[in-house]
Amino acid sequence: MAQQVSVDISRRNGSTDLPGAESCPSCKQLLDVGELEANLKVCYHCGHHFRLNASERISQLVDAGTWNEMAGNLRSADPLDFFDLRPYPERIEEAEFATGFSEAIRVGTARINKMDVVLAVMDFSFMGGSMGSVVGEMFWRAAEAAVETRYPLVVVCASGGARMQEGILSLMQMAKTTFAVDMLGEAPVPFVTVLTNPTTGGVMASFATLADVIISEPGALLCFSGPRIIEQTLKEKLAEDFGLAESNLDHGQIDMIIARPDLKSRLVQILGMLEGGVACALQPLWEEEARPARRRGALAQAFGRIKAIANAPRRAFKR
Amino acid sequence: MHLKDEVAKISQRLRELSHGRHLDKAVWDKVELARHPKRPYTLDYIEHMFAGFTELRGDRCYGDDSAIISGLAAYHGRTLMVIGHQKGRDLAARTRRNFGMARPEGYRKAQRLMHLADKFGIPVLTLIDTPGAFPGAAAEDRGQAGAISGSLMCMARLSVPTVAVIIGEGGSGGALALALADRVLMLENSIYSVISPESCAALLWKDSTEAHLAAQTLRMTSSELFELGVIDEVLPEPRGGAHRDHAAAAHILKEALEDKLRELDELTPQIRKKERSEKFRQMGVWRENGLTLF
Repeated sequence: MAQQVSVDISRRNGSTDLPGAESCPSCKQLLDVGELEANLKVCYHCGHHFRLNASERISQLVDAGTWNEMAGNLRSADPLDFFDLRPYPERIEEAEFATGFSEAIRVGTARINKMDVVLAVMDFSFMGGSMGSVVGEMFWRAAEAAVETRYPLVVVCASGGARMQEGILSLMQMAKTTFAVDMLGEAPVPFVTVLTNPTTGGVMASFATLADVIISEPGALLCFSGPRIIEQTLKEKLAEDFGLAESNLDHGQIDMIIARPDLKSRLVQILGMLEGGVACALQPLWEEEARPARRRGALAQAFGRIKAIANAPRRAFKR
Repeated sequence: MHLKDEVAKISQRLRELSHGRHLDKAVWDKVELARHPKRPYTLDYIEHMFAGFTELRGDRCYGDDSAIISGLAAYHGRTLMVIGHQKGRDLAARTRRNFGMARPEGYRKAQRLMHLADKFGIPVLTLIDTPGAFPGAAAEDRGQAGAISGSLMCMARLSVPTVAVIIGEGGSGGALALALADRVLMLENSIYSVISPESCAALLWKDSTEAHLAAQTLRMTSSELFELGVIDEVLPEPRGGAHRDHAAAAHILKEALEDKLRELDELTPQIRKKERSEKFRQMGVWRENGLTLF
């Protein structure tokens, strides 16, 4: 019988502020901060992926100087006059102060390896990356921008789920973002999500799993109900790999796991292939190859067409 | 002698005063009514509302989830697809129905049958009564998140009229998965929330006994949700609550359904879809350039 071990959640959390040297939460090795930063915040001993905030993610992912932020002036309101141990506006202010961002998502246009994209990046350090009205609206605007510009939409997810302080309105963001994804599908514009540690709850059960291609970082916790909720409500001991990206891949819930150093190039490759699909379908390469050239110039014509097809996805990168 | 109780009472009162609000007993009464063990469930409504019902089962992938009932109902000379959460009346039935907590199979069955309804132009009625989607390791492995988002997308794209009624508990994503409809109605004593009051209290107040306060703060009653613009109509219940008179509750639901279907039949599928998308797009409140937008 397989031995089941309870999941230590704290072990998975990479700290984001590193003083001088940091020990890897996974392999416990001491790491030099400078080297860690140079290695994209991936442990150079064991490959543990530290958590990134939105700014770090954007600077890692996009070509220098191409980030063009949109709708950065949206702020959460307090529609329910929510007060638990502290009022909701106070929690927002604190998160704004701690992170320097106004919300748990940042949206903009950018270039990734010279390819134009609309990029949305969620930030777990802002109230657990929780989805409230602003995150829903920003996602909608990102989708709208993608449809308008016909650039693919890339969303880097990191979220604990719906934001409780906005109550039912947070739940409704799951519905709202679903309609946004539907809009992308009708265009159609490629939509790829990159799930990072952790992506759970309402975000996982809405746009994160509705993407055309779902990518994950290694070791990310991806689930609807978190390990704590399952252990508490069902008194069920969980396997050590419960909800991890690797387990999700085994169970067919995501397309692939890509390590951070490869993310940029693989992402562009996948988007290029999705975009190139239209051109390839119009000019079937295989028929030209199978049919012998009968008249003069037909061969040259065929070559020209093959060349055009070969260039089609690349055209999307060069602008 | 009863000093401990007195201290607890006083500290509770202090907390209320410091929050600047009083515990409204009516809110918790509604939570209890919504969970009342004698409250009519999906099968009770089906029995009272329709002349005939044929249950269709299975998701064609893995299994059949008894926490969701689905099938074709005969309704005023036309067919309806009815899909709803089902809780059990006694312990054996509750276990079999998994307390109305659906697994991925349930949501995939719902999607299959909604596609079927769409194909033949059959309107869809969903009845929502769940504490939430089932939280379990096996359900996660089979893609609980993807099953819920898939169901949301399915409902977003339907071309047939859809009416959703929250008849008891509308718990989180597990409820919303069946509630993305053209018309969302709520029975008077039902609740609809992003999280159960108990879990919310445990997370935010670090004390699950604060559930009463959490319920009030979250605004989960029908009248509050109507004010927030999240639901389209509140359906009154028989005096004392739906559990007092199943037949009367079903009659109220049936009349409302007739009314809503008449409205929706007038519209073309394109307009229905556009209005549905527009309705959910409007939900949310934020500040932009100093203005509060609804």
